[in-house]
Amino acid sequence: MHEDTIGSKVLKWFLIGISALFIFLMLILPLITVITESLKSGIETYWEAVSDEYTVKAVWLTIEATVFAVIINTIFGVFAAWLITKFHFKGKKLLATFIDIPVTVSPVIAGLIFVLTFGRQSFIYPYLQDMGIQVVFAVPGIVLATIFVTFPFISRELIPVLEAQGTDEEEAAALMGANGFTIFRRITFPHIKWAFLYGVVLCAARAMGEFGAVSVLSGHLRGKTNTLPLHVEILFNEFKYVPAFAVSSILVMMAIVILVIRSIVEYRGKRDA
Amino acid sequence: MKTKANKRVIPFFGLSMGVTLSILSIIVLIPLASLVIFTAKMSWEDIFATITRSRVLASFEVSFLTAFIASAINAVMGVVLAWVLVRYDFPFKRLLDGMIELPFALPTAVAGIALTSLTTNNGLIGSFFDKFGIQIAYTRIGITVALVFIGIPFVVRSVQPVLEKLDSTYEEAAGVLGASRIKIFWKIIFPEIRPAVLTGFALAFGRCLGEYGSVVFIAGNKPYETEITPLIIMSELQEYDYSSATAIALVMLLAAFLILFFVNIVQARSTKKLKGD
Repeated sequence: MHEDTIGSKVLKWFLIGISALFIFLMLILPLITVITESLKSGIETYWEAVSDEYTVKAVWLTIEATVFAVIINTIFGVFAAWLITKFHFKGKKLLATFIDIPVTVSPVIAGLIFVLTFGRQSFIYPYLQDMGIQVVFAVPGIVLATIFVTFPFISRELIPVLEAQGTDEEEAAALMGANGFTIFRRITFPHIKWAFLYGVVLCAARAMGEFGAVSVLSGHLRGKTNTLPLHVEILFNEFKYVPAFAVSSILVMMAIVILVIRSIVEYRGKRDA
Repeated sequence: MKTKANKRVIPFFGLSMGVTLSILSIIVLIPLASLVIFTAKMSWEDIFATITRSRVLASFEVSFLTAFIASAINAVMGVVLAWVLVRYDFPFKRLLDGMIELPFALPTAVAGIALTSLTTNNGLIGSFFDKFGIQIAYTRIGITVALVFIGIPFVVRSVQPVLEKLDSTYEEAAGVLGASRIKIFWKIIFPEIRPAVLTGFALAFGRCLGEYGSVVFIAGNKPYETEITPLIIMSELQEYDYSSATAIALVMLLAAFLILFFVNIVQARSTKKLKGD
């Protein structure tokens, strides 16, 4: 396969060159821009923007929505993957399709369906009102939208791994009298450990960065229903570019951490397999 | 025999079914049902009148066109990137591989403002193209740039595993028999990776059609020119015109389902081919 003709070498470095240039222009340069723009007016202005009261509140709301999304989608993902890979039942394909719907619809439409469900024209609105629960233009709406857009992220990572592993080991363990929890912890979990971590990382990444769906459901109330990406939008639209990029730099750092974790997880996962 | 035995031997069937269906209902099924209920209350004439408004039609053109071009660029670059990552060794390869996933990890709004500031006439890239009279930010080119960013991982990640598994004996044989490199690629490698390219392209196209966060900043959002469909839905929502928003959303949902359907067909055919002969 390795024919070392001059032609193949030229082609090799030409293709590597194109790839490197493409990745540099499209991915690395935007990252550098965020950092340089945010530090344009010096470190003090940067610090002011990052430690601003509204920024800190947006950080906490983003963390809150992300944590909820990861917890709910973990519970769902583990049970759904177990159900789909370990049992045969009617309607399995339909179920799998429904699980995938959230990632195929536009985030703006995701926001729309929650507005239709919990908004003023919905028939459950009066009941929610009586109970004093507000979903649309409030934190619960943001959390729901975040869970929705990241819904299949964990189950989707677990299903192929569990499918490849089959059911023999669990069946054997069950026949020898192990209880369900032991089977899961001792037999299933070691197989899915890395896929699970990978799913959590992807879910967290998408959850903290979700913009469209959250934008529909947030009333853009500063300090109340503003997540970090929405805060960036407001600052940018007010022509406060330096603060907008400073706040973005927090998200860039989170993204880099996520990429590093991702590559470690992938590397360890491949080594263990 | 296996079917029946599984149900009895492995525990937690009922529990898993219960938990899965409950969460699925609250998060996905009930909200989707409310969309269906809301749609059922609207008349066909209203829906038709809404989606054929000239401004809405123009937005369909902008959205579909830019998404298509961006996904086509990504299909080509995706194959090149996957090829380079699978077949060659070079410095910083792992870094390049890791960077591919950046569009999934970086919030779209951040990507949007960063690309905007790079491509305006004062920006690093924008000022270069401005010399040739090409505007990027606030034009359809800008929208395409943002969508290329969003779609990068799809084709690469779907082609990469296929290339990794590809048996190189046929390529070698063709090479020994004197086939040119271009011929080897089109006749031997491309047919093998075609389903993966198509799948990646379709997934990227679907994602680009619905993309909002990165595009709104760079698009300029001029009606008829650079206004994408998700933005129109957003403005209808901000004016509390839920009927119009829903009508336009239905078109986008239909497109999304058609894309999903297409992906399923492509995948079913390629697995059939793998299993069959």
